[in-house]
Amino acid sequence: MVTAPDTTTEFKEAPPRVSEWRRFRRVFFQRRIVILGLLVLLLLVFVAIFAAWLAPYNPYDQDMRGTLQQPSRQHLLGTDSIGRDTLSRLIYGTRTALIVGFTTVGISVFAGILLGLIAGYFGGAVNMIIMRIMDLLISFPMIILALFIAALLGGGIQNVIIALGISSLPGYARVMHGLTLSIRENDYVMAERAMGSSNMRTMLSHILPNALPPMIVLITLQLGGIILAEAGLSYLGIGIKPPGAAWGAMVNDGYRYLLTNPMLSFAPGIAIMLVVFAFNLVGDGLRDALDPRLRGTL
Amino acid sequence: MTTYIIRRVLWSLVILIMLTLLVFFSMRLLPGDPIIIYVGQSQGLVSMDPEALDELKAQFGLDKPIMVQYFNWVGGIFRGDLGESVTYQEDVAKLMLKRFPITIYIGAITFVIATFLGVLAGMFAALRRGKLADQIVTPLSYIGICIPIFWLGILMMYAFGLKLHWLPTSGYTSPFKDFLMSTRQLVMPVICLAVTQIAGLSRQMRSSVLEVVRQDYVRTAWSKGLSERLIVIKHLLKNSLIPVITLMGFAIGGIFGGSVLIESVFNIPGMGRLMVTSIFAQDYVVVQACTLIFAIIVLVTNLVVDMSYGWLDPRIRYG
Repeated sequence: MVTAPDTTTEFKEAPPRVSEWRRFRRVFFQRRIVILGLLVLLLLVFVAIFAAWLAPYNPYDQDMRGTLQQPSRQHLLGTDSIGRDTLSRLIYGTRTALIVGFTTVGISVFAGILLGLIAGYFGGAVNMIIMRIMDLLISFPMIILALFIAALLGGGIQNVIIALGISSLPGYARVMHGLTLSIRENDYVMAERAMGSSNMRTMLSHILPNALPPMIVLITLQLGGIILAEAGLSYLGIGIKPPGAAWGAMVNDGYRYLLTNPMLSFAPGIAIMLVVFAFNLVGDGLRDALDPRLRGTL
Repeated sequence: MTTYIIRRVLWSLVILIMLTLLVFFSMRLLPGDPIIIYVGQSQGLVSMDPEALDELKAQFGLDKPIMVQYFNWVGGIFRGDLGESVTYQEDVAKLMLKRFPITIYIGAITFVIATFLGVLAGMFAALRRGKLADQIVTPLSYIGICIPIFWLGILMMYAFGLKLHWLPTSGYTSPFKDFLMSTRQLVMPVICLAVTQIAGLSRQMRSSVLEVVRQDYVRTAWSKGLSERLIVIKHLLKNSLIPVITLMGFAIGGIFGGSVLIESVFNIPGMGRLMVTSIFAQDYVVVQACTLIFAIIVLVTNLVVDMSYGWLDPRIRYG
């Protein structure tokens, strides 16, 4: 799964890595629902990148004469309380959700893997200190810790990313720590050490690649959770500053006009669900395809 | 076993101390003067003359070394002194006594319902694998994990409150004052808080039961001719609960975390909503207290979860 196989030689000779990749591909693409999830994700990434071209209107343009319009041909999902086009805001909201999701996970995965790897590899006092701090961070419910950090740093999208990043960090560190502990015991690591490889090299070129498959599964599943948490924070009013579009904030904006124009709240919620659903489907698909314990059964 | 419990309790105490350190110092290490915490709004600070400021600092003990300040603060907590809220002009401890029981009450109901339904649904789905029950529970649990609970709350409010008029749309009444009204108001918040947990628990329970069903002792039980009822209750349930218990610990954290959102949606005057309003009011003393209390709840839960493993599974020897 590291490199794409050369399809012309694939059938003549099958070295282990190629067959592993084929097994992954077979299991992963076998279930239609997983493919559906993947397509939805690709579509959303596409929407986020080309938001400016796809949105029918400027998401910040107010139209005081056309507020709270019902869905029509001009405004497919209607307009909000200051006449902004809901569909356009929804499309720009995709950008917010995915940017927050990917950067948060990117930061916390990097830090989490590093901390877990160092703690598990060196053990002793380093391990003790790092893992105890993780224990501490994990004793906050995620949204509470994120709220606390956001309260300290103030609102704004950057601070939401920091807050969510810190609160999801201990999960990655713990899993990576566990993986490192078990991978470290393998003979190939000992052989590498006996050949005089440095700590750095052993960690990066032997332990890390072997820990990646389960980490990838965790990351994919976590992405959905992060997007849910971001939506929750922005619903509460912490996150992107007012004119900017975020799905959670849109749900909250529409809340007061539930009777006149329920679509304002309904549409962004469906979008949130769709993204989280897609990430979970792909995550489950990856797990089935990458989990060595399921080898043979699938 | 006893040594394990002692060690585990001691360890929790260490975490608790670290918690107070974290909460205290993260407030102090911020750019800006800690006196803002007491004055509340940064505007008030600018207009104050330096002498009055020094006086205020001395009054709150802010002129002392930081470690002394920390110990004063922790000592205060033990005496039930959490400081004073600027927005509410009230003792934070008193404020908490009003808000905390509401959140705990809703959380406890949710937890009981969520674990009961989650375990039941997961078990049924596993025992009737591939049959109708499974085909209903499994997709539903998938949706339950993905749904944003605050949005579900608004959806339900729209359907059952505004359109069908079955339930009051929001608010909270004490169950001692008007039990019926209180219960009617709690239906939607509790469902919202429970949904994610039911979904998570039923998924874990399903896979856990499927694992246990394959075990030899279950086959032995069948071959002894025991009734399905007995096998399920005595052999399956208890053994498949072990991984689920871990998740129950997380569920408590999830429920109290969710209370921040749900109390805001349904306008419930609990601790979750207090925390959110205090953040916007820059009432840091209250935010500090709420964070600490939520973390302590999770800490205690984790302790209980760890202890309960031994009762459920005597094989776990507590190394």
